[in-house]
Amino acid sequence: MIIIIAILVLLSLAGVFGALLGFSAIRFKPEGDPVVAQIDSLLPQTQCGQCGHPGCKPYATAIANGEAINKCPPGGMATVEAIANLLDVDVVPLDAETDENPIPLVAIIREDECIGCTKCIQACPVDAILGAAKLMHTVIESECTGCDLCLEPCPVDCIDMVEIPTTIHTWSWSPPENHKLKANLIVTDGESL
Amino acid sequence: MSEFLIMLVSTILVNNFVLVQFLGLCPFMGVSNKLETAMGMALATTFVLTLASASSYIVFNWILVPLGLEFLKTISFILVIAVLVQFTEMVIQKTSPLLYRVLGIFLPLITTNCAVLGVALLNLKKDSSFFESLTYGLGASLGFGLVLILFSAMRERLNQSDVPKPFKGSAIGLITAGLMSLAFMGFAGLAPV
Repeated sequence: MIIIIAILVLLSLAGVFGALLGFSAIRFKPEGDPVVAQIDSLLPQTQCGQCGHPGCKPYATAIANGEAINKCPPGGMATVEAIANLLDVDVVPLDAETDENPIPLVAIIREDECIGCTKCIQACPVDAILGAAKLMHTVIESECTGCDLCLEPCPVDCIDMVEIPTTIHTWSWSPPENHKLKANLIVTDGESL
Repeated sequence: MSEFLIMLVSTILVNNFVLVQFLGLCPFMGVSNKLETAMGMALATTFVLTLASASSYIVFNWILVPLGLEFLKTISFILVIAVLVQFTEMVIQKTSPLLYRVLGIFLPLITTNCAVLGVALLNLKKDSSFFESLTYGLGASLGFGLVLILFSAMRERLNQSDVPKPFKGSAIGLITAGLMSLAFMGFAGLAPV
């Protein structure tokens, strides 16, 4: 007899708890994936496609699903570190051909050769190229991310990628060796920087 | 009132569940690598442990005792705890998807955190009233959170320091936990057991 009561009690307890959980599963259903939005906000939004995805948002979705975080050359190591910190994973060196600290490039249009076709304007993900049809174009250097997407569409090949030269304003002391190790004694130190 | 305060001090410091009674060591070692994760884990465990000790009191004294089914206590407590953990998991997934991602497998593993079942069973052994059980659960979880956060802060620094190779990782972590445990024995005598 007591066995039957015991089984009934356990069953009804499980039933009540199951109903509670079922209700809260509907009540607390997460909408969308906010992690994707947070990763997306860390990406540089150049929509350059160098990661192999059509834009920053698709790449953010791919990262949330487990893709490597080091495929964003415009963002550089800073982006890799920010995403690693967000997702609590290890910092990995930037992927592929580029070095760990790639020399920043900027696109320059050889203006006397430009025929004013506007094809590079349409290709530029950050609207850093100025110009109008049949008039000479030029690059706003401070806006250019060096993604080289404008090289391909140019029919006369008048765009060069040049290294940004070090000037008296941009030069800085090279950091000491192992500076990354010493700079953040604890992980949370990095956030106030 | 003062007896509740004494009870809190006793469970947080003197009879700390992790360092003195050695319960709940798996999340203590597993989730203490990063301070923020440890804080999230401490909060989640506080929520689960406090609610679990209160609701297992209710289940035991209002359902099992009147029906003469005291022998069902362990299985029904585990049922209660599992439901609470599932519920916490849903709430966290809704409110803080990042924390949900970072805690990962350790969130459902609160179910098997021996401190949670330990508190429920010890409450029975001590024959506590409802509010005593609640205080005991709260104190136990605050103590767990306190040492988890302290330990993770130390481990963040340990990760950056020059540890001899054989002691790297978990080994130095366990040694540190042992030293912390020694230190916590100094609280003995602060409150009656």
